[in-house]
Amino acid sequence: MNPHPPLPSPTRTPAADLRPPTRREFLQRCAAGLMVWVTLGPTLRADRESEGATETKAPAKADSSFNAFLSIGADGHVTCFTGKIEMGQGPVTSLPQMLADELDVPLDSVEIVMGDTELCPYDQGTWGSLTTRVFGPIWRAAAAEARAVLIELAAEHLQLPVARLRTEDGAVVDSQDPSRKITYGQLTKGQKIERRLTVTPNLKKPSQFKLVGKPLLRRDARDKVTGATKYTGDLRLPGMLYAAILRPPAHGATLLRIDTTAVREIAGLVLVQQPDLIAVLHEIPDLAQAALGQLRPEYSPSASVLDDRNIYDHLERTTPPTRVVVQHGDLPQGRAQATRLLEATYRNAYVAHAPMETHTALARVEGDKATVWASTQNPFGAREEIAKALGLPTDNVRVITPSVGGGFGGKAVNTQAVEAARLAKATGRPVQVAWTREEEFFNDSFRPAAVVKVQSGLDAADRIAFWDYDVKFAGDRGSDLIYAVPNHRITAVGDFWGPPGVHPFLVGAWRAPGCNTNAFARESHLDRLAELAGADPIEFRLRQLTDARAIRVLKAAAEQWGWTPAAGVTGRGLGVACGFDAGTYVATIAEVAVDPKTGRVVVKRVLCVQEMGMVVNPAGATIQMEGCITMGLGYALAEEIHFKAGALLDTNFDTYRLPLFSWLPKIETVILNADDTPPQGGGEPAIIVMGAVLANAVHDATGARLLELPMTPDRVKAALAAVEPKP
Amino acid sequence: MPDVISFRLNDQPVSLQVAPDRTLLWVLRTELGITGPKFGCGVSECGACTVLVDQRAVRSCNETIQSVAGREVVTIEGLAKGGVLHPLQEAFMQHDALQCGFCTPGMILTAYAFLRTHPNPTRDEIIAGMDQNLCRCGAHVRIVEAILSAAAVMRKGTTS
Repeated sequence: MNPHPPLPSPTRTPAADLRPPTRREFLQRCAAGLMVWVTLGPTLRADRESEGATETKAPAKADSSFNAFLSIGADGHVTCFTGKIEMGQGPVTSLPQMLADELDVPLDSVEIVMGDTELCPYDQGTWGSLTTRVFGPIWRAAAAEARAVLIELAAEHLQLPVARLRTEDGAVVDSQDPSRKITYGQLTKGQKIERRLTVTPNLKKPSQFKLVGKPLLRRDARDKVTGATKYTGDLRLPGMLYAAILRPPAHGATLLRIDTTAVREIAGLVLVQQPDLIAVLHEIPDLAQAALGQLRPEYSPSASVLDDRNIYDHLERTTPPTRVVVQHGDLPQGRAQATRLLEATYRNAYVAHAPMETHTALARVEGDKATVWASTQNPFGAREEIAKALGLPTDNVRVITPSVGGGFGGKAVNTQAVEAARLAKATGRPVQVAWTREEEFFNDSFRPAAVVKVQSGLDAADRIAFWDYDVKFAGDRGSDLIYAVPNHRITAVGDFWGPPGVHPFLVGAWRAPGCNTNAFARESHLDRLAELAGADPIEFRLRQLTDARAIRVLKAAAEQWGWTPAAGVTGRGLGVACGFDAGTYVATIAEVAVDPKTGRVVVKRVLCVQEMGMVVNPAGATIQMEGCITMGLGYALAEEIHFKAGALLDTNFDTYRLPLFSWLPKIETVILNADDTPPQGGGEPAIIVMGAVLANAVHDATGARLLELPMTPDRVKAALAAVEPKP
Repeated sequence: MPDVISFRLNDQPVSLQVAPDRTLLWVLRTELGITGPKFGCGVSECGACTVLVDQRAVRSCNETIQSVAGREVVTIEGLAKGGVLHPLQEAFMQHDALQCGFCTPGMILTAYAFLRTHPNPTRDEIIAGMDQNLCRCGAHVRIVEAILSAAAVMRKGTTS
């Protein structure tokens, strides 16, 4: 009857490396090769630039404080370790690329281990476009130091002075007699070398690079197109349970009582009932999820009276202390010089991170040790949080980060990893927590709704006389004026993660936190000032700019586009916006068409010009720019969290619309050559101008000025109706 | 009550005892060790769970295991033959048409089914054919390019 043998069950999938080597085991395994630890002196430590996620301190334990670390096997194979993680942004390619160049080894011989707190050096988290610009130099320094060590070893071995030796292709070579050489693998038997870096070693100059600056395809692409890549949710442990966690219907609703009778009869079901964590677990995930629906909880309603319409009044009324971010010149004097004033308030809605992979974790707790695989941007932070929740020393917790299916700032929050660890401890079995899409929306740390008030004005010569800028709840990152206005002040209220109690749910870092809001306000306002001055928006900006890099990107954008200067509303539907983030300058021009009947905005063409210092992987940088432009269409035109009384009205992609293929404009990207300056950030800058550039283009198309993002069809129609008919 | 459900999965015959109303996605992922199809939304809105059933793109989060009884199921794991990548897989790699990769299996299989009915597609047809698959990283432009180039390779392959 059954010609085919049934596949084994219930252990199901063959396990991946689910007993990964401990640090000790790993070191033993490497004993045959060369290991280079590099501890960084204070001058070389990564800067403390923080994205506001839980601040975690590097533990005191000596061997965890290494900031760069690699090993070279007897076969010449190089393994490098970083606390950074790969979530699509590309360091899986660019970090080995940098290392191979500095170390003079073939790229193929380099393997990278990422985001494993047991094996990798401490890292503060993968965000803020820090990997290349801040971590990159440290990473290269470690590789350069390793190369110096190898040359010293070879000098001894070959009985030659160091000055005569050079490195190429994984070997140290006598520059006078290239036949005399020794491979790294031959040099490394049984060596164990520690270096403490206090000054930057002799890094290669850009002209010496063989790999850096060349476009490389992603190294993880083959596994991703064949389905071989393992994300956290793809891992299986023997005996593991899948958890389904009870969530309240609204933020602020509290559980009064719960009837669990129905689920107690389900075979194989495990119920965990703690004051702040109720979950049903089963070896079959869909059964666990179905069982969740059979719990009968009763909640008190949320006390929140906020919704997505009254939120802005609430935010404006809530005024924690204002802090002055920048103050320059004499504001009253500038105000007195202004012959025409322009004041406006700009707003943007809460926006979800919505990575395609929801927050997922798999935890195993054995005795006083915990191992947690997690989709996280912050494995070391997760380790601290898990240790605290389980009452374990930090060193007893290991967090391993498999491939992460998108983060965008949202996976700086590790709630799911803590939940999995607590449930593993409670059940005594390995537990996987994979949030449903509804949970992902409910628990997300949204980009905050924010309000920006700008007061400004032009003097008689059409220059910006003063700039008084106040940003509430977006944070001050990206609020820099970038234009040369002698009298200006920038103030900020709150930041993008709070303060607590202001927002009806969690908010946090969303790709280039603060910058999208601030660029929208600043660049919209610049456009309006240009109109007030009767000037072309690019010429007007150039008149206010003194920063050579900003001028360069804007001029390059105008030239590449084929910009014909024109003042006021031209009907062409063209917009421009500039920005600065993560050390990178960006200028973007866009063309839109607006359907006056439906209010729908169609984006036809977007050109983005970026100057980001030296580019490590031009292919990767270009993809990031394209991704930023595409993702930015969402918060500019459609993405907005609707909510009422603590309940989310958008809980899945049926109502929360991400950018679709059919929204795609023609996208052009240009990266200006700046090889003589260090690499800057590339994961975020191109998204920050998307709200502004499209708002400015909509205005140019129709005369309607959108002061609130997203520019939904309804808002566009309302703005169109408000346009005064021309006499 | 468990039934014995038999079908072909990635060119291999499969029979398993399973409750017939269980979701195809979860049976693949947990009983059969096939983790290429991803859970993205659970309500057929994102396409990350797409598999081929008799060569048509199906969202496995919204199908029962019973619905594939006696049929041919192909997941991303089954697309390469004998270690040789399908032209779509090759094109996604060559065009860097992915970032985090989580939507990629669904994108490739949706494109596969689309190209069966549109072997010589225009760019606009590809956009329409792919419009219900979500990608958060913004790899869309490259995915369109990859599908165009794979289509060209596949046409050559069938005419030579």
